[in-house]
Amino acid sequence: MNARRFYAVIFSILLSVGLSTTHATDLSVGVGADITSMDPHFVNLFPNNGVAEHIYNKLVTLDPDSRLIPDLAESWKTINPTTWEFKLRKGVKFHDGGDFTAADVVFTYDRVGKIPNSPGPFTVYTKAIVSSEIIDNYTIRFKTAAPYPLLPNDLSTIYIVSKKVATNATTEDFNAGKVNIGTGPYKFVEFKRGDRVELIRNDNYWGKKPAWDKVTLRILPNDPTRLAALLSGDVDAIENIPTPDFAKIKANPNLSTFAKTSHRIIFFHLDQLHDQTPFATDKDGKVLEKNPFKNLKVRQAISKAIDRESINSRVMEGLSLPTGNLVPAPMFGHVPGLNPEKYDLDGAKKLLAEAGYPNGFNLTLHAPNNRYVNDDQIAQAVAQMLTRAGITTKVVTMPMGVYLGHASKLEYSMAMLGWGASTGESSSALRPLLATYTPEKGLGGFNWGRYSNTEMDSVLAKAMSTIDDKEREILLQNAATLALKDIGLVTLHHQINTWATRKGVVYTPRTDEYTLAKEFQSK
Amino acid sequence: MLTFLLRRLSESLIVLLAMSLLVFVGVYAIGNPVDLLISPDATAQDIEQVTKSLGLDKPLWSQYFYFLVQVLRGDLGHSFMFGTPAIELLLNKMPATMELATAAMLIACTLGIPLGLIAGLKSQSWIGKTIMTVSIFGFSLPTFWVGLVLIMFFSVQLGWLPSSGRGPTIDLYGISISFLSWEGIKHLFLPALNLALFKLALIIRLTRAGTQEALMQDYVRYARAKGLSESRVIGVHILKNIMIPIITVIGLEFGSVIAFSIVTESIFAWPGMGKLLIDSINNLDRPVIVAYLCLIVVFFVIINLVVDILYALLDPRVRVGGSA
Repeated sequence: MNARRFYAVIFSILLSVGLSTTHATDLSVGVGADITSMDPHFVNLFPNNGVAEHIYNKLVTLDPDSRLIPDLAESWKTINPTTWEFKLRKGVKFHDGGDFTAADVVFTYDRVGKIPNSPGPFTVYTKAIVSSEIIDNYTIRFKTAAPYPLLPNDLSTIYIVSKKVATNATTEDFNAGKVNIGTGPYKFVEFKRGDRVELIRNDNYWGKKPAWDKVTLRILPNDPTRLAALLSGDVDAIENIPTPDFAKIKANPNLSTFAKTSHRIIFFHLDQLHDQTPFATDKDGKVLEKNPFKNLKVRQAISKAIDRESINSRVMEGLSLPTGNLVPAPMFGHVPGLNPEKYDLDGAKKLLAEAGYPNGFNLTLHAPNNRYVNDDQIAQAVAQMLTRAGITTKVVTMPMGVYLGHASKLEYSMAMLGWGASTGESSSALRPLLATYTPEKGLGGFNWGRYSNTEMDSVLAKAMSTIDDKEREILLQNAATLALKDIGLVTLHHQINTWATRKGVVYTPRTDEYTLAKEFQSK
Repeated sequence: MLTFLLRRLSESLIVLLAMSLLVFVGVYAIGNPVDLLISPDATAQDIEQVTKSLGLDKPLWSQYFYFLVQVLRGDLGHSFMFGTPAIELLLNKMPATMELATAAMLIACTLGIPLGLIAGLKSQSWIGKTIMTVSIFGFSLPTFWVGLVLIMFFSVQLGWLPSSGRGPTIDLYGISISFLSWEGIKHLFLPALNLALFKLALIIRLTRAGTQEALMQDYVRYARAKGLSESRVIGVHILKNIMIPIITVIGLEFGSVIAFSIVTESIFAWPGMGKLLIDSINNLDRPVIVAYLCLIVVFFVIINLVVDILYALLDPRVRVGGSA
């Protein structure tokens, strides 16, 4: 009798332990990069923003296809070319019960400019606002110095905090979890550095009801570790499946995979500034007298010599989308007719001969080795392909921290770079990558090749002062077509974002690479 | 004793100074962290402004001088990446690292010394040979591979232990520790074992070599001739005499486990300091790199000091501070 009671107790303890550890409405996600701060305005870093997306809202946000949709603003329009009016959503409550009003918006945009020691401030996205005016609690107007059509896109990056709670709050206060009050679907619980972020459901969320009671974002930057956590059932889902494992994970009956084309494009800059470019040499290693990349035929030859389909199937295991565009469809500014250059070895050789290099030349291709998916392998593959066409190519790769310093000083002849149009439209690639380098206007900052096309510049400038979306999209498409037909840079592919979940959990994959609890549903 | 301590202190100050200068020049030569961290849509003016606000526009010597002045005020600077004081960041992660390092060294010592003794005393028997053969694996298998195999076997296949991360922590005098709960120990076990294997093999081999050498010494023969029990011969006469090299190695290895357990911390997503160093180097986060290395120098100085004091306790011929 006693023994029986004893076992009954043990059994009930085991049962309760079992129940509490396998709570059906908890979600644990393995994220692939370290989270450095809980202050949503400290630094514009992707992993930090990924957490803020859960806790806070923005006036405008991006849907899974990276198209602009309303968030805390219900609608927006221009009153005149330099004045924007945003109508705010009514009845939205902060996590502490306070009402969301226009004052919180003005306070937030003001706070962004006052964060000390930020290495990557969000002011880039608020500086267009010259002054703001609160019309009533739910109407706000922003003035810009010149017509600025990208204001809604820019504001899709700024997380709105509560004026009442965050007045005088420092980055430290956010890291300590004292003032992390937003309007988002999940409330902040705890941040353990290098380990995890814990969130709970916001029962009063104004939008679609959150599906999970508790969400844990586990920081698992090491690829095999993240995968092992999913396989062992420690987490319900992970982001960024390592490409070599994707096929295996897809075949596993206990797991589901999800994939979507990223806004990130991988491409090569070709030095078109210097009269002699340092890494293009003749077969004896002497720097070529003329910079070959100033010749359109050589640039075309390079583009034709790259077999993008082979890179897709061999290097990327199918997880790339070969492209001739700057942004994927259906993003704003995508040019439907601009297809990836077809692999044409004979055509490349012929063009090189016509350009005066019948025997090709020697080249060194530079690339980072810890930034983009398979970046160093891509560089190796491209070098092989160029060598086949007659341009004997060596590869030098290095960590991004070292690479960026040299590349931005224009020390390389052919350099790999990746770019994500994070505000959801193509000018965020056109302006820094292809516009003529004019630092005072903020153009061409990452135009390492110093490509310059005055016709493209003027079309782009016109687009940048055109408020009408339809007109502006056509202008942006024209600008992209002009620059890319001229091989201002050599496009390679868009990365493909991947997620894996245990069976029974479904994810709506996103172009902007974010892993958001709200996009997970249990079946 | 006092002069000994003072000499140690001044020596370590010189090491700290030289090390910080090296890191400054090294990181400066690589590049500007702002280039890495700034928003992609930033203009040249934005970059210039941020560089200026972080003091990175000044010449190297003036940045270094400013750093030294701040250090004298007890401030090692703010991390660029995290925005928090570098030293706070390290202290926040230190308990996790110390916990892991201590657990690993405990496993290595409690298994390694007895196994090494057995291998030394019975070097010709099958058990001695087996121990030595197995210890070769501890040396030669790469840590990251063993770590992954441990995870695959114990977590993915058997499902006994969690695959990664640190268990729930509780605050003990302001220090967060995880080894007081069952869940915490379950999380700690695999990474500690992974980290311990190499040290274990090392200690086994050292103990064995020392034991074999000691067995041939006159004092062992004499002790046996005197009729002392075998356990007293081994436990007192042999063990005490072979401890000096073992303690030196344990001390040094403990330091390196704290400082450079990066591989294990990465594989097991252990939120310790080791990973922080690699991330900081990748992001050119100079304040964290400098603070980290300063802390490690201080650790090694302390560990060496403790080792020296232990020598004196174990070996009456050694006096701390020599003739002074």
